[in-house]
Amino acid sequence: MSLANSAMEPGLSNDPEREFTIEARTQVQMVRSSFFRHRGAMIGLGALVFVVVIAYTSIGFWGIPGWWGLDFSSTGTLVNEGKPTLDLIPWLDGDGLSIGAHPFGQDNIGRDYFALTMRGTQVSLMVAFVIGILSTFIGTVAGAISGYYGGKSEAVIMRFTDLLLTIPLLIVAAVVGNGFGDSGPFFLAVVISLLIWTSLARLVRGEFLSLREKEFVEAARAMGASSTRIIFRHMLPNAIGTIIVSATLTIAAAILIEAALSYLGYGVRAPDTSLGLLISTYQTAFSTRPWLFWYPGIFIVVIALSVNFIGDGLRDAFDPRQTRVRA
Amino acid sequence: MAAYVIRRLLASLLILLAATFLMYTLVSLSGDPLSEFTQVSDPDQKALLIQGRIDALNLDQPFIVQYFTWLGGAVGCIVPGMACDLGVNLNNQPVTALLADAFPTTLQLVLAATVLSIILGVSIGIISAIRQYSAFDYTITFVAFLFFSLPIFWVAVLLKEFGAIRINNWLSEPSVTIPVAFVMGAFSALFFSAIIGGTRKRRVLVGAVAAAGGVAVFMLLVASGWFTNPGMGPGLVTIGALAGAVGATLLFTNLENRRVLFISLATAVVGVVIAYSATPLLEDPSWLTLFGLGFLATGIGVGIAAIFGDIDRAAAIRASIVTSVLLGLLVFMDKTISSFAAYSEAVNGRPIATIGSKTPNFEGTFWETTLDTMTHLALPTIAIMLISFAGYSRYSRASMLEVMNADYVRTARAKGLTERTVVLRHAFRNAMIPIATLAALDFGAVIGGAIITETVFGWKGMGVLFTSALNKFDTNQIMGVFIVTAVAVLIFNLIADISYAILDPRIRLT
Repeated sequence: MSLANSAMEPGLSNDPEREFTIEARTQVQMVRSSFFRHRGAMIGLGALVFVVVIAYTSIGFWGIPGWWGLDFSSTGTLVNEGKPTLDLIPWLDGDGLSIGAHPFGQDNIGRDYFALTMRGTQVSLMVAFVIGILSTFIGTVAGAISGYYGGKSEAVIMRFTDLLLTIPLLIVAAVVGNGFGDSGPFFLAVVISLLIWTSLARLVRGEFLSLREKEFVEAARAMGASSTRIIFRHMLPNAIGTIIVSATLTIAAAILIEAALSYLGYGVRAPDTSLGLLISTYQTAFSTRPWLFWYPGIFIVVIALSVNFIGDGLRDAFDPRQTRVRA
Repeated sequence: MAAYVIRRLLASLLILLAATFLMYTLVSLSGDPLSEFTQVSDPDQKALLIQGRIDALNLDQPFIVQYFTWLGGAVGCIVPGMACDLGVNLNNQPVTALLADAFPTTLQLVLAATVLSIILGVSIGIISAIRQYSAFDYTITFVAFLFFSLPIFWVAVLLKEFGAIRINNWLSEPSVTIPVAFVMGAFSALFFSAIIGGTRKRRVLVGAVAAAGGVAVFMLLVASGWFTNPGMGPGLVTIGALAGAVGATLLFTNLENRRVLFISLATAVVGVVIAYSATPLLEDPSWLTLFGLGFLATGIGVGIAAIFGDIDRAAAIRASIVTSVLLGLLVFMDKTISSFAAYSEAVNGRPIATIGSKTPNFEGTFWETTLDTMTHLALPTIAIMLISFAGYSRYSRASMLEVMNADYVRTARAKGLTERTVVLRHAFRNAMIPIATLAALDFGAVIGGAIITETVFGWKGMGVLFTSALNKFDTNQIMGVFIVTAVAVLIFNLIADISYAILDPRIRLT
């Protein structure tokens, strides 16, 4: 008797004859502990936090100054032919660990490349997160409405997603970026979000179709809950796993899409910079000044890889069938 | 089924209509086709050029009229019997002619890469699923994640430097230096220890032996001058064909089945005899000759299998087909590689190409031309494969894992079937159903995504058509590229849905 009752209350221990206490855990706690045990996700999270902190604090943003003295647009004289002064291997040169004046080197007109890369990372990160969050929002709403109400609204939304799926993303994004690119990277991010919410909408619709038949929805309706309340209070928390995983993977894909667009010249434009634009500007310099090409690419790979690992960790954490802990 | 297909086609047409309208609006709004004339200094010439373009493209009419004019011509492409007119571009060239030139180039670029990445990705995904939680699985998962996160243009430039320039430099004077030997040994060790698997001690041992063996073989090849004048010769081809025959038997039955084994071996021998007795025919053949010989060898093999097959006839026929296909590939590779020396001289010692789809003004035998195409395809294919294969291996691993945990697989094992039968005949086929759908969807999407690869490697395909049109705000050319891509996507989506219904009997098309 006491076993059943005390198992219902989290945090309460059972009668002292038992050797261990039973505590019921909430979904959030279970997911969190499973996520923190996923080694790859933890490393990815650490790397991502590191990159975000460095990118935003080093050169500052929105007028708030950062701790890195140099600006990304001011030119200067070439120090040491613009080669990087970052020294991580103390015993090779005998100088010891040092960052030097230009750790990532300088480009051909003397701009500090570390500041340039950080600025590029800021823009790429901003675009990727905006795309991820906005498209997740749109996709969830569309999927929820079409899944819950069915009928005409479902038909309209699904045909609209068919239409969007037919249009190749790169082509439309290139056209928009080419014509309206001067409106800034935020506008580009909004436009891309309006195009890639379709796969999430389908997933959410599938989830809602199955959740709609569950008993708790019927019970809520019998108690007189409005449709909005049912969707947001009862069904959405059950679908949140799929949504969060899809959002993370969208962010990873968005980084690569933005880099590709900027590489082609239809994304972020000069004087502002992004990682894709940096790669395209300096790709021919690869044989003479390889550092100009390596650093932006490494940052893109690190960000995309970390986000992918976080998404994988979240997917394993939300999966109720996953029993074995992955590396 | 027919009703469903017709309904889908009609719905697709409507979607296409709406999509073209949306796209036309976007393109017209995004820029001004007359903007390239703002630089012209002479006012009379400027007025003349502007008026000329307005007349050619009906730019003075309202946008809706322009759209319907374009649509009238475009409809002719879908309805048979009417002339297909997609308008002219800013240089007064008909867009249909440009597309007809560019589309096969793009197709050539992506077809090889996609097919190879499907084969490689699915095989690796399946092996990864069978050996879940092994070191191989973890490594492949990490590698897949890494390749998935690579930007293709970055990889392409790196490939151009390390894959082409450095290798060309090395090929002009092959020598075994320490870094080269190290790379060879590492690859060989990783490859063989991954295949053989097992406990850590066994893997380390296999890796060490493979590294030593790999470096030794490599040094032998360099010393014998194989890299300046490569080729496989009838000996190696025969050995390869016989090994392929054994493998084919393993695939369809087991090695104890002597009948099928001998039939496959016989097919291999017959094929080798045909290939090398027809040497004068194969000096500079056409595709027709090649296919004719191939069908001859396959036909003889199937005939042998059908006559001597007895109760194993089905397996024997399949094994002999697989053997003759493998043999054909081996002979093709042998002949192509053998022409390497002559080809390398013709391109001034830089065999692996970085730009374009073929060497301009190249005259040579069939094999040299094929080698030319292949070396130009090598880098873009590797670039696309690196990223595509990661996706396929993840999906096929997930699909295979789901199937391996299913009840019917457990029943098959309980019945006493060998593991190979359970995996190949039951699990594999069911795991491939979602992959088939995925492949069809991917094919449709990949034509649109080839823009970047073509830009980096300088291929004159649809991507270049698109970017050059976009820079000049050329509406008709952009719409031409768009409609080809959209039609490809729609067709392949339909194929994906239909193939899902065909392959999975539980699906009913509504």
